[in-house]
Amino acid sequence: MCDYGAGNVRSVTASLVRLGAETSTTSDPDTIVEADLAILPGVGSARSAMARLRERGLDEALRQRVERGKATLGICLGLQLALEESEEDGGVAGLGILPGRALRLRAGRVPRIGWALVEPGGEAFYFAHSYAAETPAASARSEGVVVAAEAGSFLGVQFHPERSGAAGGRFLARCLSRA
Amino acid sequence: MPLPRLIPCLDVAGGRVVKGVRFEALRDVGDPIELGAAYSAAGADELVFLDIKATLDARSTLLALVSGVAERVAIPFTVGGGVRSAADGYALLRAGADRVSVNSAALERPGLIGELASQLGSQAVVVAIDATRGRVRARAGTAPTRRDAVAWAREAEARGAGEILLTSIDADGTRDGYDIDLTRAVADAVSIPVIASGGAGTARHVADVLDVAQAALLASIVHENPGRLTSLRAELRQIGVPLRDAA
Repeated sequence: MCDYGAGNVRSVTASLVRLGAETSTTSDPDTIVEADLAILPGVGSARSAMARLRERGLDEALRQRVERGKATLGICLGLQLALEESEEDGGVAGLGILPGRALRLRAGRVPRIGWALVEPGGEAFYFAHSYAAETPAASARSEGVVVAAEAGSFLGVQFHPERSGAAGGRFLARCLSRA
Repeated sequence: MPLPRLIPCLDVAGGRVVKGVRFEALRDVGDPIELGAAYSAAGADELVFLDIKATLDARSTLLALVSGVAERVAIPFTVGGGVRSAADGYALLRAGADRVSVNSAALERPGLIGELASQLGSQAVVVAIDATRGRVRARAGTAPTRRDAVAWAREAEARGAGEILLTSIDADGTRDGYDIDLTRAVADAVSIPVIASGGAGTARHVADVLDVAQAALLASIVHENPGRLTSLRAELRQIGVPLRDAA
């Protein structure tokens, strides 16, 4: 679990522990490169999150993992950070693991908060976001919004599996079994 | 729009869930982690914990409670009470809360909303508004202010709030239905989501307020019996409210 000061580390860890995983929360790049599954959680703003990833060398560690084909999961802001760019905070360069950009949501009430159905699958997951990915790597949508994107061994999701009850638990179990 | 949400609200003091009338004669009704898990199992979409004493020396008790809930419960939860700085809010999020709620502290110092939003992101900042006859009250409804509820909701949004938790003091505890007029006025004035609070007595009351608000807070209607939440969800789905399938 990449620790760079993001808020939701504890709830993600708790979900994985409930599934029987052995977890460690770390800002050490080598540990991140070597783990069976690395998770980039995230809530907060893109600019400060990117700065903190770079300070700790976690940006390079994540890119290296994906180059080696090792399973990596980005959650919420973790998906947006993996893109080439975010329009948040006047424009922030991302990790470039996924093609595309994070754009501010323009429809409905923003932030988009609550449970919404995800296709394919038709299950409800929990969301709390003001930006969303616009990417050719999209693999799932919810109400027209890109909510999952994949490139190589990286999977980013806009919803919070750690907060999505039984459906979220099943999703994380699949991530663990693939890692 | 995401699906409408039902949100049980638990008042906590000294690390326990309590119940009382106007904060007097507080009665211990259980362990927050156990009750949180029970509501989650009964189909809650989200939970709110309000620390109604929120004294300074109780902060570590609250943080321990928050991490206990985060470890046990796999649905989002908001924590309010005693958040006076961005650092207070950050500590709650690090402990495992998904969002923090501010009320009186934001009325005293509205800049707090912006500070929280820039450090935590707007999606993590709930501004709670207690109103009677359209006017805002501070300090758990005891202190009148000159602020208009609709104008304050708009200002909170402009300052970075991600959601409004609107309690009608007039409807609170009556079980006669939510204050639809007040809720509609606030929901129409802002483009962030609104949680309506106060007055739930029947499934019809909840369905009516979910026509104008994005979520309904539940307190007395489910407090005696968390299992009531399961039947309430079933009744609401039957009358066409598109709640998530919580299985």
